[in-house]
Amino acid sequence: MTRVITIAKRELFSYFTSPVAYVAMTLFLLVCGFLFRNDFISGRPAGMRTIFEWMVWLLVFIIPVLCMGLLAQELSSGTIETMMTAPISETDLVGGKFLGSFGFFVVLMLPTILYVVMLRMFSHPDLGPIVSGYLGILMIGALFIAIGLLCSSLTRSQVVAAVTSSAVLFLITIVPWWAGSQALLSDFWRGVTEQMVFTRYTDFSRGVIDTGHIIFFIVSTFVCLFVTVKVMESRRWK
Amino acid sequence: MITVSNLKKTYGQTVAVDSVSFEVTKGQIVGFLGPNGAGKSTTIKMLACYLPPTSGGATVNGFDIFHQSLQVRASLGYLPENVPLYLEMKVDEYLDFRGRLRKMDRATRRKRMDYVTERTWLKNVRGKTIGHLSKGFRQRVGLADALLHNPAVLILDEPTVGLDPTQIRETRKLIKDLGGDHTVMLSTHILPEVEAVCDRAIVIAAGKIVAEGTPEELRASRRLQARVLVECRGPSTEVHAALSRISGVANVEMLDSEHPLDKGYVVAAVRPSDGRDVREEVARTILNQGWALREVRLEHATLEEFFILVTAQQAVAR
Repeated sequence: MTRVITIAKRELFSYFTSPVAYVAMTLFLLVCGFLFRNDFISGRPAGMRTIFEWMVWLLVFIIPVLCMGLLAQELSSGTIETMMTAPISETDLVGGKFLGSFGFFVVLMLPTILYVVMLRMFSHPDLGPIVSGYLGILMIGALFIAIGLLCSSLTRSQVVAAVTSSAVLFLITIVPWWAGSQALLSDFWRGVTEQMVFTRYTDFSRGVIDTGHIIFFIVSTFVCLFVTVKVMESRRWK
Repeated sequence: MITVSNLKKTYGQTVAVDSVSFEVTKGQIVGFLGPNGAGKSTTIKMLACYLPPTSGGATVNGFDIFHQSLQVRASLGYLPENVPLYLEMKVDEYLDFRGRLRKMDRATRRKRMDYVTERTWLKNVRGKTIGHLSKGFRQRVGLADALLHNPAVLILDEPTVGLDPTQIRETRKLIKDLGGDHTVMLSTHILPEVEAVCDRAIVIAAGKIVAEGTPEELRASRRLQARVLVECRGPSTEVHAALSRISGVANVEMLDSEHPLDKGYVVAAVRPSDGRDVREEVARTILNQGWALREVRLEHATLEEFFILVTAQQAVAR
């Protein structure tokens, strides 16, 4: 376990020395700031629903950028060799990378607490949906990072990793949302869209904490991490 | 400490390492020699548990590389060929990170870091970012990392590449000092290094081991005996004939003189048929013929000649 923490700390630290991370963070917070204006207009109910829902769209593009280097960089620079010849397991490596990125994601989200503070200053916001909204964002972040990490493990090229994970995230988030809004869908497909990320997520932003959704996010995150471990292990057999 | 039995690695149709077997006993320093593409790095990567063998096996420090990979890696210090490092980290941070990965406690880590940075001349750059260091310094960081946990076995892939002559000498001295307590296997192209540092050498070419033994044994085994070089003033063909008549001489070769402006001087390389020193007979012959003798010198067989001969044979065999 300590090895996982060691690797996670190193990964988190390396984010702060990377210009990509700062750029992504700045862009993310800048756009969030603009979006917050929609929630902060007098006369509107004091909540963060709009921003929470838009955040997911933003994360579909920001998280691939943050995760593209996680394993692809190690594979292309050769540092994977020093990692894999140290007495660590692939589980330690993947776990550490995931936790390190998730840590950075939390740091990325922290400035948004400012919005909550501002709402409290000027009104009486209902904290329930805000807390559940953050919970939802954290769960989505975890899943997106796991997918980003998996895509990063499959290639040496960071660009390919970023593009692949954006495509996957797009497919599971935005496409079903769009499809769900179309009237002509058979029951089967409507069922599929309801299983996907966005529909589940909107419940969180409304203040509904559904254990079914929590289980979905946790299990799918673990499945992605498991597959990543297997991909890394398979390299030992080549 | 290291036993390799019929280790084989194929990439599709290409055989990179062809059923290689050898042994390295405790405390020995063994040099792994070979031309580019011979399979040195591939063999080393298999021993370091980075690549899986296609067939065959090996044990390092008593642990099997395939079934007991974690134990092998825990008792091994490995310096890969291109010294990959995290360029954004500082030297101290990197070594600390590697120490933590190996589950060294804080006190041991501190002590070992002080020790390895001292011995690899990194004391003055401990606070610097690795990305800002020159190749020589980076090489030393890699070496420090390999030594950090005081491993029983060290496997170094071209450890002196990129270092300046002083550092090369000091690194070789460091490696030589490590022998005895540690078992060291190093791969290199630099033949003088093998002669200076290694107790034994293993020569690999085209995936097969072509020779094994101490540097002296290797030189002797191919019967590359010392030649006698003689420079004198005399007609080339007659000198050749006179020297060939000496008993115990296998062949005489006329070489191009080093001093082309000195007309009349010829250089002959006399190879004895057995290990005899024929300098006296050569000198006497030249003087008896009345030719002015300038130089008589014994040229030792070099490992380089042996290396070229042996690897060329392998190339021909292929």
